[in-house]
Amino acid sequence: MIQGHQTWVFNSKPVILASSAVGGPFEAQGALAEDFDVLHGDIWLGEDSFEKAEKKFLEQACEIAIHKAGMKKEDVQFFLSGDLMNQIISSSFAARTLGVPYLGLFGACSSAMEGLALAALIVDSKAAQNALAGTSSHNGSVEKQFRYPTEYGSQKPPTAQWTVTGAGAALLAQEGEGPRVTSATIGRVIDMGLSDPYNMGGAMAPAAVDTIQAHFRDLNIDHSYYDMIATGDLGRVGHQIAADLLAKHGVKIPAKKFTDCGILIYKKNQPVMAGGSGCACCATVTYGHFFKRMRKGELKRILIVATGALMSPLSYQQKESIPCIAHAVSFEMLEGRN
Amino acid sequence: MSNKKKKKLTPTQQKYQRFAKDREPKRPVLSNVIRAFIAGGIICTIGQGLQWMFMTYFNFTEVTAGNPTVAVLIIISVLLTGFGVYDHIAQWGGAGTAVPVTGFANTVASASIEHRTEGYVLGVGGNMFKLAGPVITYGVFSAFVVAIVKIAIKALGGM
Repeated sequence: MIQGHQTWVFNSKPVILASSAVGGPFEAQGALAEDFDVLHGDIWLGEDSFEKAEKKFLEQACEIAIHKAGMKKEDVQFFLSGDLMNQIISSSFAARTLGVPYLGLFGACSSAMEGLALAALIVDSKAAQNALAGTSSHNGSVEKQFRYPTEYGSQKPPTAQWTVTGAGAALLAQEGEGPRVTSATIGRVIDMGLSDPYNMGGAMAPAAVDTIQAHFRDLNIDHSYYDMIATGDLGRVGHQIAADLLAKHGVKIPAKKFTDCGILIYKKNQPVMAGGSGCACCATVTYGHFFKRMRKGELKRILIVATGALMSPLSYQQKESIPCIAHAVSFEMLEGRN
Repeated sequence: MSNKKKKKLTPTQQKYQRFAKDREPKRPVLSNVIRAFIAGGIICTIGQGLQWMFMTYFNFTEVTAGNPTVAVLIIISVLLTGFGVYDHIAQWGGAGTAVPVTGFANTVASASIEHRTEGYVLGVGGNMFKLAGPVITYGVFSAFVVAIVKIAIKALGGM
């Protein structure tokens, strides 16, 4: 139910029955390779285009999540998904394969938590027994659509980020074992007038800050409630800006507790500039890494703040600035009930 | 452009942009310039070597050796693009790899490879000059303007 201005509190606490993370070769060399369910050595997955490969990644992530929950795809009641492609083709084509009632979303890289928040709302309101939330991104298809051809030799600045190739899916249900979705804060669109597509972190940081502050205000809590607060794909540059901006606003989160999926996913020696980005960045790190740690009991309560830059190649060429959004979803392992 | 003037940034936006700017790593201009000098220099030296080779061993003159030299550089650049090496060299070399003829070959080859999935006509044919097109358009146009200026000066009795 709504609490404060923009936060949903899920009284029934929908449970993440199963989640999955699928990655590409670059993620296999990354820091969190262990946490992926499947890692592919070929970014094409044997398909003849990047777009088809991305769809395959998402299909596979959904299959694994459904399989892990011990269900069949016919048992899934709703599928919510979003991605970065024009007209969200990866999601819609994967939904065609799944054959499940489907809601397509676009929240750029915030799609992971946008889908999960809505899936939790559907399950919490008893509109369904279960719902599947998925998202994907592919380095090749994103570079092709938003920037230059993949093999084009352009020099990227140190603020640029590397789009994660992969997909993640989470299956929510009313009852079961696993991390529970307790609340979600839906973000506002924040535009600070930045227009450099090679500095998404800097553009998205204020949106993350706004949502984190709204979350704390609406629920009347502070950072001490959580063991970990992770932003989606701000990267090293954006994350530093967000941390400093929060401190300036009087919200001091200890550095140990405040992290970013885009920083976690790759190793320092990988040539990713400021870090990872893309829908799959937040999805794979949350569904793979964080949920695994929660199931192990290392983390009890976490807040994931997925950030998205709502621009298109067209709006950028027409010199528009980059509007950004962030959605926060909190997860808890309940003692006794699990 | 009028849009830019109209859309004045609010004080909050300006304040944030200054705040963010202080925390962004700057482009390493000096090292980029040095690397560009080295990378560009190496490419040009290879070109010079090729020209010398064509003149010494294949009976080309200084003028006619230009064409086969450029052709060889283009072939090397296209092959490196196809093998997925060129973009890594360019990340290191920056403008040094973009300015010579090799950079131009890379723009055409990379766009062609990328859009192969949309077919030969609309994909490869339609997108081949996506990046190189502006260079050709404005290159031809500026050559035209310079030629007009030259003719005008000649007609007025100069040169």
